Amino acid sequence: MKPEQTLEEIPLAGLLEGVGAMRAKGGRMVQICATALPGQFELTYSFDFDGRLASLRVQLPASDPRVPSIASIYACAFLYENEMHDLFNIKVEGMALDFHGNLYNTTVKYAFGDTKAPAAKPQAAAVPSVA
Amino acid sequence: MARTIIPFGPQHPVLPEPIHLDLVVEDEKVIEARPSIGFVHRGLEKLVEKKDFLDFVYVAERICGICSFIHGQTYCQAVEAIMDIPVPPRANYLRTVWGELSRIHSHLLWLGLMADGMGFESLFMHSWRVRERVLNIIEATTGGRVIFGSCKIGGVRRDMDAGAVRDTLSELEIIERDTREITKVFIHDNSVKKRLGGVGVLSRQEALDFGCVGPVLRASGVAQDMRKLGYAAYQDLPVEPVTRTDGDSYARCAVRCDEIFQSITLIRQALDKLPPGEIAVKVTGNPKGEVIMRTEQPRGEVVYCVKANGARNLQRFRVRTPTFANLPAMLKLLQGCDLADVPVLVLTIDPCISCTER
Amino acid sequence: MPYFEMSFLALKWALRKPPTTQYPFEARKAIAGSRGQLIFTQDNCVYCTVCAKKCPTAALKVDRAQKKFVLDRLRCISCGCCVEICPKNSLALSTDHGSPTTSRDSEIYRGS
Repeated sequence: MKPEQTLEEIPLAGLLEGVGAMRAKGGRMVQICATALPGQFELTYSFDFDGRLASLRVQLPASDPRVPSIASIYACAFLYENEMHDLFNIKVEGMALDFHGNLYNTTVKYAFGDTKAPAAKPQAAAVPSVA
Repeated sequence: MARTIIPFGPQHPVLPEPIHLDLVVEDEKVIEARPSIGFVHRGLEKLVEKKDFLDFVYVAERICGICSFIHGQTYCQAVEAIMDIPVPPRANYLRTVWGELSRIHSHLLWLGLMADGMGFESLFMHSWRVRERVLNIIEATTGGRVIFGSCKIGGVRRDMDAGAVRDTLSELEIIERDTREITKVFIHDNSVKKRLGGVGVLSRQEALDFGCVGPVLRASGVAQDMRKLGYAAYQDLPVEPVTRTDGDSYARCAVRCDEIFQSITLIRQALDKLPPGEIAVKVTGNPKGEVIMRTEQPRGEVVYCVKANGARNLQRFRVRTPTFANLPAMLKLLQGCDLADVPVLVLTIDPCISCTER
Repeated sequence: MPYFEMSFLALKWALRKPPTTQYPFEARKAIAGSRGQLIFTQDNCVYCTVCAKKCPTAALKVDRAQKKFVLDRLRCISCGCCVEICPKNSLALSTDHGSPTTSRDSEIYRGS
């Protein structure tokens, strides 16, 4: 069974506007998912409207990825944004609460942010071992 | 008045899980709480690039030790949605039964921890005594106590025969009776009411703004329950979200108490309607596509983003656990509270940090 | 009776036998259907290595040429995956969970 959901691709410049529109419609922030794809990053912002899921998607370049923070619209986004920074090395500008890379203390810095190798291929041990 | 910073955790008697809070305290009032998590980050999301997607169910289930089954189930549902696998109805019903059993045992665990957190140790023992009976049902029907290991892509790995259904139903009678005795104390006892009532009030609008999920959201009067989306067997079983309007710790406790009985009713209905037939279908081919799957865990809504490109390994697997969504609300609750209320407020969102450190 | 709910509960259970067991002296009763230790029956095994390939934790190592079956009990998660796929039914799960151990040694079975 496929759940009911929509996904809308938007340009990076329209992100704040798109998220603001979600807020105006009364959406609840569900998640921000960053994905490292070959040559680029993909961010998915999902919002819930009483059971219906609507997502916005922006693409970021692999080199020096920067994204504006949505903390002014959704204050609770700071955890997701810090996660994006700590695991993917995506710079989020204007975070409400900035951990400066200390939210996740991984042995490998930016362990998830590898956009060079095709993601599907098994890779060398980039995962920190279980503590 | 000078400000003092009191460290709370990562090792703390009230919460044996690795979250650290810097509590900025002025006299006995907490002014601000700064969290740090990430002490045991396991990088399971990255592991998906190395493991076969069929074997990854075992990993998905081990994200959390308490809501383990629903993690496995959500992963399976996400991959099934991508691959368009028709899950047999019997498997859907069995998943529902086991998911609800895990909800009962998680809520009883939380009730015990809450009692322990407010210094009511005998009540803690009684909650866990009842939980043990639930774990025995789970062990008899799936083989595992907390890691069920009974879900797989395309269905379930174990069937429940008529004898097991009968035993489960008769054991549920005892569990319901015993739980009633315990929840009576939680709901009516004056000392519990005084300890939890009015502590950590979260208004309806605040709960929505902070992106809360699960019992925290429902205790503030928002009737959201992902089971209403109708995954697994919930399309045939009516689920009316349990809500309270006060938004304080007592309301969150009452919501969880009521959800135990709701789950018992759901299990009875599911076992009553249990359709005959196959329990699993064969899975061929590789997944290609992406989906965001949401289910309701004991702690709230869990979000799985799965992206596959037609290889044996998935491209991206992302889990947004309920605790991750409830953490901002917890920080809000801690602002301005008494230092003595901190353990209650930390526990009231039912934090599962190990889940969050997937 | 808001004041005496807990007193009733406490009194009721004070008069009953404890629901706990005295563990080291009295073992827990095994539950039928529980997934416990892996049991290997060497007689039927043909060393096909299917179980070793499928084991999610790599607790099994099988060498076809040397007819060797190695089981690392501390890695085994009793998932029952090998039991399901074994073509010769030489693997099974018992309801017994085994006793604690102080050594990390694997169990080695050699066929003739």
